[in-house]
Amino acid sequence: MHTTQDLLQFIFAGLTSGAIYALIALGFSVVHNTMGIVNFVQVDFVSLGGMLMFSALLGAGLPMVPGVLLAVAGVALVAMLVERFGLRPSRSHHELVLIFLTVGISIILRGAMKLIWGKNRMALPPLTADQPVTILGASVLPQALWIMALTLVAIVLLTWFFYKTSLGLSMRAVASNPTAAAVVGIPAGRVRLTSYAVAGALGGLAGVLVTPITTLNYDVGVLLGLKGFAAAILGGFGSFPGAILGGLGLGLLESLSAGYLSSAYKDVVAFVVLLLVLFVRPKGLLGK
Amino acid sequence: MNGRQKILYFLYLHRTGLAVTALSLTLLVYPLFQDNPYNLGLSNLIAIHAIVVLGLNLFVGYAGQISLGHAAFFGLGAYGSAIGCVTLGLPPWPTMLAVALLVALVALLIGVPALRLSGHYLAMATLGCNIVVHTVMLQWDEVTGGPSGFSGIPPLAFGSFAFDDEVSFHYLVWSFALISLLLCLNLVRSGVGRGLAALAGDETAAEALGVDTRRAKVKVFVLSAAMASLAGSLFAHCYGFVSPDSFGIFTSADMVIMVVIGGMGSVWGSLFGAGFITLLPEWMDVFEAYKDFVHGGILVLVLMFLPQGLITGLLEQIKIKVALRRRKDAAA
Repeated sequence: MHTTQDLLQFIFAGLTSGAIYALIALGFSVVHNTMGIVNFVQVDFVSLGGMLMFSALLGAGLPMVPGVLLAVAGVALVAMLVERFGLRPSRSHHELVLIFLTVGISIILRGAMKLIWGKNRMALPPLTADQPVTILGASVLPQALWIMALTLVAIVLLTWFFYKTSLGLSMRAVASNPTAAAVVGIPAGRVRLTSYAVAGALGGLAGVLVTPITTLNYDVGVLLGLKGFAAAILGGFGSFPGAILGGLGLGLLESLSAGYLSSAYKDVVAFVVLLLVLFVRPKGLLGK
Repeated sequence: MNGRQKILYFLYLHRTGLAVTALSLTLLVYPLFQDNPYNLGLSNLIAIHAIVVLGLNLFVGYAGQISLGHAAFFGLGAYGSAIGCVTLGLPPWPTMLAVALLVALVALLIGVPALRLSGHYLAMATLGCNIVVHTVMLQWDEVTGGPSGFSGIPPLAFGSFAFDDEVSFHYLVWSFALISLLLCLNLVRSGVGRGLAALAGDETAAEALGVDTRRAKVKVFVLSAAMASLAGSLFAHCYGFVSPDSFGIFTSADMVIMVVIGGMGSVWGSLFGAGFITLLPEWMDVFEAYKDFVHGGILVLVLMFLPQGLITGLLEQIKIKVALRRRKDAAA
């Protein structure tokens, strides 16, 4: 029997995973806008966020808030190292070469995580107590509320960063016209480094938030990250509102189809929808 | 021209044909000297990978596009042959062809919309297609056998002669690999191939020169998918068993690594890349834990320092060194 309560339950579940996809999709879009490439390392930023959180909480015994901040900052730092020492020394600026480079770096990072944290699945405690709350008759985990709240905070911060700070403005300038941005003296290196830091922080935050719900593993980010990529394409690659809309839409579709159709093919929904959208409207929902 | 120069010129003029002939002769006598079935099995696997990589290299290297889903076409070929021959009881050879045609159709359906836009849509579409195909292989267990795989696939045969041991299979797969090699060598020197190379260099310029870039990209994508499917069918008949593990997105990444190591846009490099990456685990089985580092590290280092590929890149470096030294000697 399906009732409105079930529907609400599915919608909450969909919005929760949708928020995660949106965070990851934003990370893809930031790097795409400044460098014009798909950054496949993004998927590992998600796993790395969860792993660093695990070490901060259970290894170093830090409390929750510093743990989250440290994990997110740690991933941002790793992302900057990836840009500085992984991508910038490349002798070619052909985008094919750069994209394959990100694939290679992603394989290396995954190998490093496998060596450091092992192959076993681990569990991460949620941000606050595990007691479900009832909203409009649907029971929701506090962690799901945290995910939505912190995603909202991240979006607000990102908007402030891109519209109010000079670094953010210069990043938007590079995104809209790289040549003109270079002519007026915007430092390309700093912009690329910052875009990686932002992408790393977004991916890391997604990892910190989602791994208490899923389990933590060295390759947990692969499927999540690729769905985030699908969300970014769905919304229109490079568009920030598109990334958020694409993420939430994908999350909702996924949980509704798992609830009403079949949960065996839950992971496929995102990609089937994506292939269909590419047929009908290849630019994505909000693409230019 | 004196006699020696004439001979050298002849060799230079016919270098491709001579190289293909030399390779064919080497492969013809290889089983006479190598009777270890394990080593023959490895060289057969290289041939199967080489067929996929040759096709993928045309698409990546010549058309300048990204596909991160060729393992899906490879897997569709393997499962198509398995299901066709065992479940439906169809004869193997026609099944192999029919499956390749079906896979080409699938590639056409994906390629036409995704290649309408330049950029990264095709990367996503092929990746998505691979995840869908892999999940269906895992979940639809009445048909595919699920995670435990599909076994009991019969070997290929001509009448009563079956390709059921390493030696006979060696001749079969390497014939396919050599035909693919010849196809690619001839294709890249034809008008279509030159158009593709122009396309990889600069899409706008290629269009201005009259290359129908969209159609060319779709054609090569479909051709490379069909080649991957044929290789998949051979894989299924060779091992008699297929499982979803062999066709995930990480296999697609390995195939891209083979293309990059061999050199994007280098037909001969494809053979080298397929051989190198297939043999790599054999040379370093003690370093199993560091496999990801080695694979990723090789990919990153080659892309960073020798984007033309390992062999082509090194040769070019040496040529540059020699030329610089000559100039220095001339100046001195």
